[in-house]
Amino acid sequence: MNLNVSGVTFGYNGKMVLDDINFCLSGGEVLAVIGVNGAGKTTLLKCLCGILKPSGGAVLIDSTDTARMDRQERARRISYVPQRYVDASMSVYDAVLLGRKPHMGWSLTEHDLQVTEDVLHALHLESMALRQLSNLSGGELQKVIIGRSLAQEPDLLLLDEPTSNLDLRNQMEVMNILNTVAKQRNVSIIVAMHDINTALRFADRFLMLKDGHIHSLAPWGDITEGLICQVLGVDVIMGNVEGHHVVIPAPSIQ
Amino acid sequence: MIAGNGTLRDLYRGSIRKRYYILFFCALFLLVVIVCAVVTGTFSLPLARIVKALSGGAEQSEMVVIWNIRMPRIAAAVFAGWGLGLAGCVMQSLLRNPLVSPFTLGISHGAAFGAAFAIVVLHAGAIQISSLRTSATNLIAINSIALTTACAFLGAMMTTVFILLLARIKKLSSQSVILAGVALSSLFVSGTILIQYFASEVELASIVFWTFGDVARSNWNEIGITASCVVLITVFFFLKRWDLNALASGDDTARSLGINVDRIRLTGMVLTALIAAIVTAFHGVIAFLGLLAPHIAKKLVTSNHNLLIPMSCIVGSILLLLADTAGRSIIGSGTLPVGILTSFMGAPLFLYLLIKEKNV
Repeated sequence: MNLNVSGVTFGYNGKMVLDDINFCLSGGEVLAVIGVNGAGKTTLLKCLCGILKPSGGAVLIDSTDTARMDRQERARRISYVPQRYVDASMSVYDAVLLGRKPHMGWSLTEHDLQVTEDVLHALHLESMALRQLSNLSGGELQKVIIGRSLAQEPDLLLLDEPTSNLDLRNQMEVMNILNTVAKQRNVSIIVAMHDINTALRFADRFLMLKDGHIHSLAPWGDITEGLICQVLGVDVIMGNVEGHHVVIPAPSIQ
Repeated sequence: MIAGNGTLRDLYRGSIRKRYYILFFCALFLLVVIVCAVVTGTFSLPLARIVKALSGGAEQSEMVVIWNIRMPRIAAAVFAGWGLGLAGCVMQSLLRNPLVSPFTLGISHGAAFGAAFAIVVLHAGAIQISSLRTSATNLIAINSIALTTACAFLGAMMTTVFILLLARIKKLSSQSVILAGVALSSLFVSGTILIQYFASEVELASIVFWTFGDVARSNWNEIGITASCVVLITVFFFLKRWDLNALASGDDTARSLGINVDRIRLTGMVLTALIAAIVTAFHGVIAFLGLLAPHIAKKLVTSNHNLLIPMSCIVGSILLLLADTAGRSIIGSGTLPVGILTSFMGAPLFLYLLIKEKNV
């Protein structure tokens, strides 16, 4: 799968939220979208999956304009995990099975059940398959939501701050799952996040958004203290711990 | 990916099968309640006589009691309850709010206002009608049932359109939609009181009678209209059951699953309002049933719309038929309008939900 985002623009009430966004993404690549609150991260993800209609530009998957796909076809290729999840009253199995909606005909098929079962196994959710979502912890719930999006069997997976409400252990588990999915299934992943250290650890490339523009698009090795300071407006110190980049705020920050 | 060995699927199917059994038993229970409703009444009719009447071998008086009095009100209660249960279930899913029902959105009050307007302003109330079915009908006078019903229908649809426009133009949250419903209810109640103030004694009695929810006033034609609408709309929503499941997870999730959220919400609200309008127009205000039935159904089969839709319909039918049968049994020689009993059942639940439910 090849994603080509070409000149995507979006605005409302006379305010430009995204301006001329251009980038490409290959299958199996993980792209982290970094920026301050209001930089346009969520809007970008919603434009990519068709929830919002860009006022200009195009989103192409394998040279096909996603705006020309019908809703079902687009949902079979692009999956979106929103930042805020509405606590629906359903079982874990039903929540993951819901991801098969774009593939369903009048009724469920054996294949739908098989995919659901595979996802539950892959995310180690088998033991809680019949539990209600309201009885899960934050980390378990996030895994179920990701499971639902994996059951869609998408080519492109978009996640809006998937680790923001999770403790460190669950953050690592969720990001490891996403990384495995990207590499093993050749799924492209775009993940909007605030935690730059998690992003540095898992993302292949960084898309730095500032005031609705792409400030820079760089592989993780090219991320510098200066770049982070320009985009996030915070002085940071960057170090290296056992081969991993680590960013901490400079001591002068109050 | 790890290939499953089928155990998970079997577990899931087992849990679903259990709920289908519950659904089946509830359907059986509805049949039992129907039989009890036929048997119950001041005119003594043992089961054996009813079986004979069904095969055409009973006396004339028994045939009249069964086919002209009891069966119409039983069929009316079953289909009205079915419709209100469905409307409540779908409305709660579309707006993601457990307090939503045709009654709490003000649709029923809109219909009551329409009826009052027809009776007083359009002079639809003047001549006394049949006193055959309920004690209340001895007092009332509606000479143009069709006009009253049409105005009630218009009142209900007007309320729905207003709420939908408000929600669409001002992009109201589901909580704000409820508040808009409360405001509209208050407005229509005030309007009805104003009309009552200028009404004559006969017209006043007619309005009061009309606002009591009562399943005894329908004829077979009205029951046929209600039944065909309710059945067709039930089929539509059953085909959209996975869309409703997706909507429960949030608009963005539903959209990312390929669902046209605006269209299903608009279509769903119009169709459920149509049910509420038809039921209220033919039977008056039946309070809280649309709220009560889906909540009981959720407790029995969870919120998966595969089961929740049929279960809400069946529970709605059972509740309304039980309330009507109880209403015929409580007062020895007459009938207590069913709307009074559903209010007594529903109001405590509404308060319970307000206090207990974290998502309200």
